[in-house]
Amino acid sequence: MNYVLKLIARNTLRHPLRTLLTVLGIVVAITAFGLLRTTVDAWYAGAEASSASRLVVRNKNSLTFPLPLYYGPKIRLIEGVESVSAAQWFAGIYIDKKNFFPQFAVDPHTYFALFPEFVIPPEQMKAFQLDRRGAIAGRKIVEKFGWKLGDQIPLIGTIYPGTWSFVLRGVYTGANSRTDETQFFLHWDNLNETLKKVAPDSANQVGIFLVGLKNAREAPLVAQRIDAQFRNSRAETLTETEKAFQLSFVAMTEAILLVIQAVSFLVIAIIMAVMANTMAMTARERRREYATLKALGFPVRFIAALIIGESLFIACAAGALGTWLIYPAAAYVGRRFGTIFPVFNVSDNTVIMALAATLLVGLVAAAGPALQASTVKVSEGFRAVG
Amino acid sequence: MTAVVEIEHLSKAYQRGGQVVPVLQDITLTLQIGDFVALMGPSGSGKSTLLNLIAGIDAPDSGLLRVAGVDITEFGESELAQWRAEHVGFIFQFYNLMPVLTAYENVELPLTLTHLSRRQRREHARLALDLVSLSDRADHYPSQLSGGQQQRVAIARALVTDPTLIVADEPTGDLDRVSAREILDLLESLNESLRKTIIMVTHDHLAAERAHIVRHLDKGVLTEQVDRPRPRGAGATA
Ligand SMILES: Nc1ncnc2c1ncn2[C@@H]1O[C@H](COP(=O)(O)OP(=O)(O)OP(=O)(O)O)[C@@H](O)[C@H]1O
Ligand SMILES: [Mg+2]
Repeated sequence: MNYVLKLIARNTLRHPLRTLLTVLGIVVAITAFGLLRTTVDAWYAGAEASSASRLVVRNKNSLTFPLPLYYGPKIRLIEGVESVSAAQWFAGIYIDKKNFFPQFAVDPHTYFALFPEFVIPPEQMKAFQLDRRGAIAGRKIVEKFGWKLGDQIPLIGTIYPGTWSFVLRGVYTGANSRTDETQFFLHWDNLNETLKKVAPDSANQVGIFLVGLKNAREAPLVAQRIDAQFRNSRAETLTETEKAFQLSFVAMTEAILLVIQAVSFLVIAIIMAVMANTMAMTARERRREYATLKALGFPVRFIAALIIGESLFIACAAGALGTWLIYPAAAYVGRRFGTIFPVFNVSDNTVIMALAATLLVGLVAAAGPALQASTVKVSEGFRAVG
Repeated sequence: MTAVVEIEHLSKAYQRGGQVVPVLQDITLTLQIGDFVALMGPSGSGKSTLLNLIAGIDAPDSGLLRVAGVDITEFGESELAQWRAEHVGFIFQFYNLMPVLTAYENVELPLTLTHLSRRQRREHARLALDLVSLSDRADHYPSQLSGGQQQRVAIARALVTDPTLIVADEPTGDLDRVSAREILDLLESLNESLRKTIIMVTHDHLAAERAHIVRHLDKGVLTEQVDRPRPRGAGATA
């Protein structure tokens, strides 16, 4: 057996507790790093999953201002528009505030045609369309709350007062892993009819229009046409791709994301310092051995290989374990906070960065001690121990 | 007789706090093949420094230093390392074995720097362990051996490559009387039967008595030379 490997392997196990603690530190750091990166990814997931071939039309002043319903047919006539549907933010509370999930009042006949990523069995779709009090919910919340088709689902209105009751008629699943499976849809008509009675001023209005395009490449052009159409009208519009629309939400919390990213790198920097300290301590204890090896005629690169090899060995073993643990950790967080982060997937990018960080930790930690051990004179190496 | 070590007007000084401290001054010394030399002198007189220069782990400031006919002051760092692997066997006061390697592995270690095949390495290492009577401890780690045994392993490691000279810095300095005598017996027999050239730094007069030549260093200057007749025949190790 090669003596470099033999020495590295046995040196690693010389202080089992120290090695174990170092490994533990790296495992925790790399897993934490992966989780933080995944959190950032999850934040952008809505935007990532959203389509660039759909446009969102909203009130130019603010998202909280609605648009008149009659804009819909007008938009439909604009060149390049394939289809139009509307959605209204409902914001009801299911039993308790912490049970948050997004709810939209939509047109049951046009909305889902625009969203092929929501997969709904045809008979359920039909049942939903036929029942004015019907609702469709995503698989995740259905499982979370243990709903069954036909169940009554009460929501306490916040924007629209009163207790609303809906009947679960359909469950949608995502076409891919990036699809948000926590949304809840009800009939816009149902909402509007009630508003006509109790708050006529709020009736016949929608939050946003969703526009399907004939040609996705025309998105900017069509957006301009729509906004031009309603310029100088009672409610001017702001039209952008769904992706840009989603990103504008993320932008509001960009500062938090920056902090999370900074922390993720800080975690790596800290474990790097800890590991570097461990390696420095180890190398200091072994100065006499390194001096002996040098005296015996072993070249500087042999000693450097011992130090770098040990550091890399510890870092990589721990890093691999830490990276592997990102998956169950992310799965847990995804389950636990499914409604906050509807999509919580570990990306390839995160894994690559975690592994790269691991390698970096191993190399940086070894650099100082390896350089020191390589440059110190043999006679100094023997003297310095006391 | 052939000179192994030729030293002429060798000087060495250390910098300490901006001050130049002369350690060796104008040393002239010649050693022949098969010599067993003891280097004595008070602490700080420069014994280790001189030994290190001869062994090629430190460089002189001026003067001539030839070992086996080669001017080793000309060598760069890596050439010198290679040269040491080939020509010098080291014995230290504190044994300096690799704690994670067994006795056998410690002895085999320097052979990995040679071109010997794996089988030859094994044979040489076994033979060297045999010479120091530790074949039965081949698989013991240094921590499982007594000081004297560890030093014997170190001696096996020093001679396994069949070096031109063996340098020993206070090889009995950390040992009790009985172990020390074992080590000295061993060195003496290496010198006698294998004709190994040995340079040994020591404070111990009993140790110095084993050498044929005793040189004294005082404040960096070589003083008297005490030569004793080189014992011939078998009597010396008995
Ligand atoms: N690397 C160094 N830097 C500065 N001074 C040194 C260095 N190496 C040795 N010296 C000094 O050189 C002098 C001789 O040291 P050396 O180790 O050769 O003495 P020694 O005769 O072997 O002593 P001892 O019997 O205590 O081992 C001492 O004063 C020592 O402090
Ligand atoms: Mg000394």
